Amino acid sequence: MKLAARRRLAVLGVLAPPLLWTLLFMFVPYAIMFAYSFFRKQFPVFIPDFQLGNYLLLLSDPQYYTVLLRTLKIALSVAALSLLLAYPLAYFLAFKLRSPRLRMVLYMAVIVPLWVSYLLRAYTWKTILGSQGVLNSFLVWSGVLAEPTDLLLYNQFSIVLTLTYIFIPFVVMPIYTALEKIPRNLIEASEDLGVTPVETFLRITLPLSVPGILAGVTFAFCLTFGDFVAPTLVGGPSGTMIASVIQSQFGTALNWPLGSALSIVVLVIVLAIISASDRLERTGRLNLG
Amino acid sequence: MTTILELDRLSKTFAGGVVAVDDVSLAIGAGEFVTLLGPSGCGKTTLLRMIAGFESPDAGRIVLGGREVTDDPPYRRPVNTVFQDYALFPHMSVAKNVGYGLRIAGAGRDEIRARVADALRMVDLSEKMDSLPGQLSGGQRQRVALARAIIRQPKVLLLDEPLSALDVKLREAMQVELKHLHQKLGITFVLVTHDQKEALVLSDRVVVLERGRIVQCGSPAELYDTPSTPYVADFIGTSNLLPATVSEVTGSDIVAACGPHSLRAPARGRRLVAGDKVLLSVRPERALLLADGMPPSAGANRLTARVTEHLFHGNSLRVGLDIGQAAPFIVDLQLQAALGSLSLPAPGSTVTVLVDPANVTVFPAAGA
Repeated sequence: MKLAARRRLAVLGVLAPPLLWTLLFMFVPYAIMFAYSFFRKQFPVFIPDFQLGNYLLLLSDPQYYTVLLRTLKIALSVAALSLLLAYPLAYFLAFKLRSPRLRMVLYMAVIVPLWVSYLLRAYTWKTILGSQGVLNSFLVWSGVLAEPTDLLLYNQFSIVLTLTYIFIPFVVMPIYTALEKIPRNLIEASEDLGVTPVETFLRITLPLSVPGILAGVTFAFCLTFGDFVAPTLVGGPSGTMIASVIQSQFGTALNWPLGSALSIVVLVIVLAIISASDRLERTGRLNLG
Repeated sequence: MTTILELDRLSKTFAGGVVAVDDVSLAIGAGEFVTLLGPSGCGKTTLLRMIAGFESPDAGRIVLGGREVTDDPPYRRPVNTVFQDYALFPHMSVAKNVGYGLRIAGAGRDEIRARVADALRMVDLSEKMDSLPGQLSGGQRQRVALARAIIRQPKVLLLDEPLSALDVKLREAMQVELKHLHQKLGITFVLVTHDQKEALVLSDRVVVLERGRIVQCGSPAELYDTPSTPYVADFIGTSNLLPATVSEVTGSDIVAACGPHSLRAPARGRRLVAGDKVLLSVRPERALLLADGMPPSAGANRLTARVTEHLFHGNSLRVGLDIGQAAPFIVDLQLQAALGSLSLPAPGSTVTVLVDPANVTVFPAAGA
């Protein structure tokens, strides 16, 4: 066998397993789901068909598009809030902390929660925010409230709070990495040219950390968009999110075609966000030369 | 010449007890080109960073243009720095990089454009205005860094090993350009380098540093011809250092014995008596090999030596000689004709080395 042919065979051998895996467990399920989204439901079975009824229902029935819009709002809130909290933390870790050991410890402290079960972490907030929870008990004990409030739990606020807490490591990590990569002498050069530290941050540090910001915000947004644990645990009726609706379509509502159509819509939105962020990041990277 | 920059007894010790700068005082005149020279770890970069404001001294004062700036942050000092690896802003075009300081200071659009164009013309890089730093070669980035640093017309321009990342040819070309730029601008330049050749070529004055202290400070010719210590003699150029013992003192000259050899040298004001241990320094190009049939010049020191090796440098030939010392004695011969057409003593042959007493520098031996 020729060397080139042998090499091609070797490449194929290496690539085949992951390709097969992706095909079987990603592409095929998506294809099935895509097909289902055009089916008709006729209790108790789904009839193969090609019609846009499910999609039209999503657009016309407020029950669905309000949830979709609410999910969008919650995802944006989580992304914004976690950016607001994560950036100063990452900045502090990367620039202000002199001791590499302390930096390591604090960075680990950000990561460690990821080792704890996601469900447990969401559940913790239920016990903190509930009417018998830690926060309420404290507020009543300290005299701020006369009696426990139920305003803290089962609404959009509690979802945003819980998801921000859960996803914040995913925002800190890329921002920290981006900040860490900025050569320190760029900041010195800016100050050397007569520019104050605040202005230096706005002109040099912030623009150069944009790739990290984009990656972090995209993580937080997409993970929130598809989340159904937090709304189930701390959401309540006013905090229903799109993933919970999809789950119920495949479960109790037993309407797989509608569930599939919803899933496809979510998938398209998330893919659009990811590719937009990817494109933005790529132009940014080009600028970095 | 008026003093523009005055360093007054500066000291700096880093965490871990490393003494970077130890009681350094230096006055630099307006328009002077001063080089801080020394091996890595001698404190030259720390000194420069203290002038720029990136490090603060533990003790001492820095006075710039009559104003004390010791506690001023970098952005309030009228100095600019050319960084070793240029530190160009990767997300800005060349023009944006160069005009950065002016833009933030709020200069008008037209003024910025004119001054950026001027600065880029000064470094001969006008055509790269809109390129990003990532698209430029090392030499071009160097020029952008220079343009960016001179555009604000600083009182003092600080250069931190600016040429060390360039290859030899480019470095030599940039040295000439740097010197011309200094003449054109009339700004005070303070350059940090470990390259003694660069220091000799560029500077009006060279400050040699060793372990945080100034060892010698003077014009390049002074340093080369009358080094104050063996360290300077060895660091600047090449020197043959011969340990010897003074055997007699006659007037202003001494005679010192080095193994079987006896060398006469001027004491240059050093108080020496017979029996003192000294170190003699001879530059390789200031020694001659006595050709056959050539009458020895009167008064020259003569050393009998055996040739050990030839090192061909193109324009010169470095001859390694065994004179019975641990280190070989080297003599550099300028080649004024093709090597093949010259009859030179072959390795293994015995020759006589001539050294004029004026070309021998005497140092007290270390610890003496």
